[in-house]
Amino acid sequence: MANMQTQSKNIYESTVKHGEKLLDVQGLKMYFPVTAGTFIQKKVADVRAVDDLQFQVTKGETLGLVGESGCGKSTTGRAVLQLYRPTAGSVNFGGTELTTLKAGELRRFRRRMQMIFQDPFSSLNPRMSVEQIVGEPLAIHGLYKGAERRERVQYILQAVGLNPAFARRYPHEFSGGQRQRIGIGRALAAEPEFLVCDEPVSALDVSIQAQVINLLEDLQEQFGLTYLFIAHDLAVVRHISDRVTVMYLGKMMELADSNELYQNPLHPYTKALLSAVPITDPELERSRERIILTGDVPSPLRPPPGCVFNTRCPIAVDECRERIPEWREVVPTHFVACHRV
Amino acid sequence: MAKLLEVKNLKTYFFTDEGVVRSVNGVTWDLDEGETLALVGESGCGKSVTAMSILRLIPNPPGRIVDGQIMFEGTDLLKVSDAEMRSIRGNRIAMVFQEPMTSLNPVLTIGQQIRETIQLHLGLDDEASTARAVELLELVGIPEAAGRVNDYPHQFSGGMRQRVMIAMALSCNPKLLIADEPTTALDVTIQAQVLEIMARLATEFGTAVLIITHNLGVVARYADRVNVMYAGEIVETGTAIDIFKRPRHPYTIGLMASVPRLDATEKVRLTTIEGQPPLLIREIPGCPFAPRCDWFVDKCSTDHPELEEKEPGHAARCWRNPLVDAKTRELASIGIAG
Repeated sequence: MANMQTQSKNIYESTVKHGEKLLDVQGLKMYFPVTAGTFIQKKVADVRAVDDLQFQVTKGETLGLVGESGCGKSTTGRAVLQLYRPTAGSVNFGGTELTTLKAGELRRFRRRMQMIFQDPFSSLNPRMSVEQIVGEPLAIHGLYKGAERRERVQYILQAVGLNPAFARRYPHEFSGGQRQRIGIGRALAAEPEFLVCDEPVSALDVSIQAQVINLLEDLQEQFGLTYLFIAHDLAVVRHISDRVTVMYLGKMMELADSNELYQNPLHPYTKALLSAVPITDPELERSRERIILTGDVPSPLRPPPGCVFNTRCPIAVDECRERIPEWREVVPTHFVACHRV
Repeated sequence: MAKLLEVKNLKTYFFTDEGVVRSVNGVTWDLDEGETLALVGESGCGKSVTAMSILRLIPNPPGRIVDGQIMFEGTDLLKVSDAEMRSIRGNRIAMVFQEPMTSLNPVLTIGQQIRETIQLHLGLDDEASTARAVELLELVGIPEAAGRVNDYPHQFSGGMRQRVMIAMALSCNPKLLIADEPTTALDVTIQAQVLEIMARLATEFGTAVLIITHNLGVVARYADRVNVMYAGEIVETGTAIDIFKRPRHPYTIGLMASVPRLDATEKVRLTTIEGQPPLLIREIPGCPFAPRCDWFVDKCSTDHPELEEKEPGHAARCWRNPLVDAKTRELASIGIAG
């Protein structure tokens, strides 16, 4: 019993060192039931938002997660943080299995992992001052009291590039970029080691976007943070990530080091995705060969059999329509799920 | 080639309770027939208001075009009657909006919505206009178009809806197509589909395109010429090559450097433009970009620069000459020049 006690206490403190495995996700599935019926709700189908993912994140690194809307990248972020309880699979964080933690344990555990949201307008409570917003995680986790807490908030505001003199102001008094800084400050307040950044810059104008990206990089260095960086902008993901994984219709298509993935994409979807993004050089851009995918992403309610990409894949063969491709390491540290590679 | 559209000293202001917002503050530019011109800039810089002014769709009150001329095929659009304007809108000048979900009527079929424009402007009967609608849907790559004309907007995906909007916009062979962030709401692979179709059809139909976007990659791929807007003004104008290869305004230079490149081979820290765009509610005496500018000198906060030609066809609104100045500044920092 005593042993149990110390063990359950320890999981709230990090013991993972820089460069070691911090997060290990295996066979992660997140299905949402679709129900029908007026009085008696019956489950008629599942939306397979996330289907059988596996990836690891090393302490101190940034893993980028890209894909188009509905591919399950946000669901992945939320399922990792247990904001959704996964349908199946394991999420191991610094040696602790999160999927089996009880609600109370999980709440205390959240101090170590936080989230930065996309929309700086709806993710901050308009009735709370900046001081209250940034201080709330400290109150929840019982960290710092009274004057110390105020000091901590001031320190955080400074760290995210906001004037501490504005602590008493309310969100509406700030611009989009400043609000995103407040959101980052809130996430950082309780000294987490892992942050899920869900489209943190996509609502911002480019010049402001660059400010926030630089801030995230600085904070990573300063506090030794680990990021799971979710975005649809491939250039932004390439810039910030050490490794990148590409998702399509709830599945992982490819995973590799940033430079390797962008210079030597293996999966036909990754290739199409990269070629669809115009680059900011008129001469180069106009001479580029493009792969234009036809059709739309199928519904996750009825994903196609075999490889989920087969309906739009330019090189699909019969096997692709029949058998789900295996996730395999083609070149060391370069993973892909495709029969044709 | 003849000028299709000439915007001269256009000023569109919004009269709000807090004061006058000078959304578009004296812009002058033109567009040749068949040309693709991009208006770029960040939110609130006046690019959409410029487009809405051309179509005279500025909500009044609070907005009003207070000065300027918009010459389209030789007529000043600001002087024609509302009835004449209606016969131009959707006919000679068509528009594709950002949001394909809200710009189609949910209770009318796709066919009815395309036919409406054709019948109004070209006077075709039901049968002929239906045939034309099907033909247009085929042009924009909607599969089984003959059956899909009877479907409602909700039965189409976002990308298909935007293609329907393009079909509708091109239904009367317009001379000018205004596309306001046409693919911002779409995913990249769908964005590529839609833009390719739009560019191909514009070339086939000989339609000039005014594309409004904040996506510099889209500009690099499709635009012949570019107008960069900041705080209601054009701060730089030139060919796409001019703007991307030799930007001459500090804002354009900053904008280019703050976008991470997909084809970057090594990781460099992004250059940022510190601060935020100014509020347009106050009259700005000097250059609106002055507080954020690396090339700032005293003159910038007091005197308003004019758009000045730096090389043929390439103009910037700046007292300094950033290209040359970059060198002088370097020299100054190591103590050679003063």
